[in-house]
Amino acid sequence: MTQDALLKLLEADARLSDQQIADRLGVDVATVAAKRAALEKAGRIVGYQAIVNDDGEGVSAFIEVRCTPERGGGFDRLASRIARFKEVRSLYLISGGYDLLVMVEAPTLLEVARFVSENLASMQNVISTATHFRLKTYKHNGLIFAEEPEAERLTFIP
Amino acid sequence: MDWSKTLSKQVMDMPRSGIREFFDLATGSKDIISLGVGEPDFVTPWNIREAAIRSLERGHTTYTSNYGLESLRRAISTYVADFFHVEYDPLCEILPTVGVSEAIDLALRCLLNPGDEVLYHEPCYVSYAPTVMMAYGVPRAVETSIDDLFALNPAKLEAAITPRTKVLMLNFPTNPTGSIAPRKTLEEIAAICVKYDLFVLTDEIYSELRYDEEEHTSIAALPGMKERTLLLHGFSKAFAMTGLRLGYACGPKELIEQMMKVHSYTMICPTITSQEAGVEALENGVPAMLEMRESYHRRRDYIVGRFNDMGMDCHLPGGAFYTFPSIKRFGISSKEFALRLLMEHKVAAVPGTAFGACGEGYLRCCYATAQNLLEQACDKMARFCDSLR
Repeated sequence: MTQDALLKLLEADARLSDQQIADRLGVDVATVAAKRAALEKAGRIVGYQAIVNDDGEGVSAFIEVRCTPERGGGFDRLASRIARFKEVRSLYLISGGYDLLVMVEAPTLLEVARFVSENLASMQNVISTATHFRLKTYKHNGLIFAEEPEAERLTFIP
Repeated sequence: MDWSKTLSKQVMDMPRSGIREFFDLATGSKDIISLGVGEPDFVTPWNIREAAIRSLERGHTTYTSNYGLESLRRAISTYVADFFHVEYDPLCEILPTVGVSEAIDLALRCLLNPGDEVLYHEPCYVSYAPTVMMAYGVPRAVETSIDDLFALNPAKLEAAITPRTKVLMLNFPTNPTGSIAPRKTLEEIAAICVKYDLFVLTDEIYSELRYDEEEHTSIAALPGMKERTLLLHGFSKAFAMTGLRLGYACGPKELIEQMMKVHSYTMICPTITSQEAGVEALENGVPAMLEMRESYHRRRDYIVGRFNDMGMDCHLPGGAFYTFPSIKRFGISSKEFALRLLMEHKVAAVPGTAFGACGEGYLRCCYATAQNLLEQACDKMARFCDSLR
């Protein structure tokens, strides 16, 4: 069993039991359990979460942040500070016209605005921010949202 | 109107497919898990669908030559040479058709005179005997059995030959048994065909879907066989393109030319959309095809393991996406087993008898179904098997 095959199955469905994975890969269940534990320990599998379609609730925004890197620390120290805010769902260092991409979620538009003005923009080394509100999710983590129903197959075909 | 006088007697006398009655039973019923299908559970890979869309966007909505697009024939020639190790001239030895089904029909119509006999191995795909009959030939089944893992036994083949035998139809890997013919068996069959001057139609539609260690061999690739063999292949199974209806025949130009003639009067050509998608499949679809094959391979191993655990005797089929477990130990007929499985447990499978009388005692279960559904189907079947003890 390759590590890639195990990860591919879990990325598609994290709720698969070790037994189901063992059946699908044609290996014994102990091998799967050991491999999974090793991947968790090594930090390759970071966690298991449900992918929730929250288009109807709350507000989320993608915020472009330009900032001044610190001598020695680069962007890491600032990024780890930003990452600690509970509103921040994802955070990436990006190449191109800005430096950090912050994905923020909050119950209301006002709360996102407050987070940006009070917490983010006021941080030392942050030069500027640009906030883009999410209007609709088409695809997330490889899953297409609101997909059209699958074409029905016949029950019996020769 | 007196339909008994109006309709063709030959067609009226032709039996309905054994699958048909089950199809009617299942119609309208919800929550059935189907192992009764004969097609991939994958959607056609995106690059192939995109090629079809692009073809329409460019306004390619015309007839093509009766021989099909030259670009498609060239792609087929290259693919067949690479996969089957047989060379066919794209200008006169290849004919794209509307699926392998059309190619079989054309070939039989071009080969048979009334009364000529056609041998084929049973259990087999449901269309073979009716297509022979529609071409005014006489279908003669050669039974296969679990003793040969449902491969055609050369001695049984030779015993079935009469002075009227003209054509032998082969289909390995086989629908419905998933059986394969080892190269050695094919060599013996080839020698018989040469000895008795038989022409061979080999339906290779499942040839990419093999899970044993042996490289797939077509009888067309054996010495001296290309001149007496029509190799039939298509896109439906390996490239998950069943609804696009595209197949092809490769063989001697004398036969291909006659087939093209009938094809030009009946079908004209496969849709240009499918033909252009077919070029993309052959040129760039192989990685996606191999991924699908890997997935079938895993599911085969799973379902065969489960079937044997629940007390059915199931051999490990070498190819296609079918298992053909024996239900003989439960003491009921294939039809009753399949009916009760459908009505009581909502799992659809096809009784072996739909593919020939010697399929009695067996069930065709297709594992081209999502793994979680396969798991549920196996759980239900295990309960059913327990209830029969």
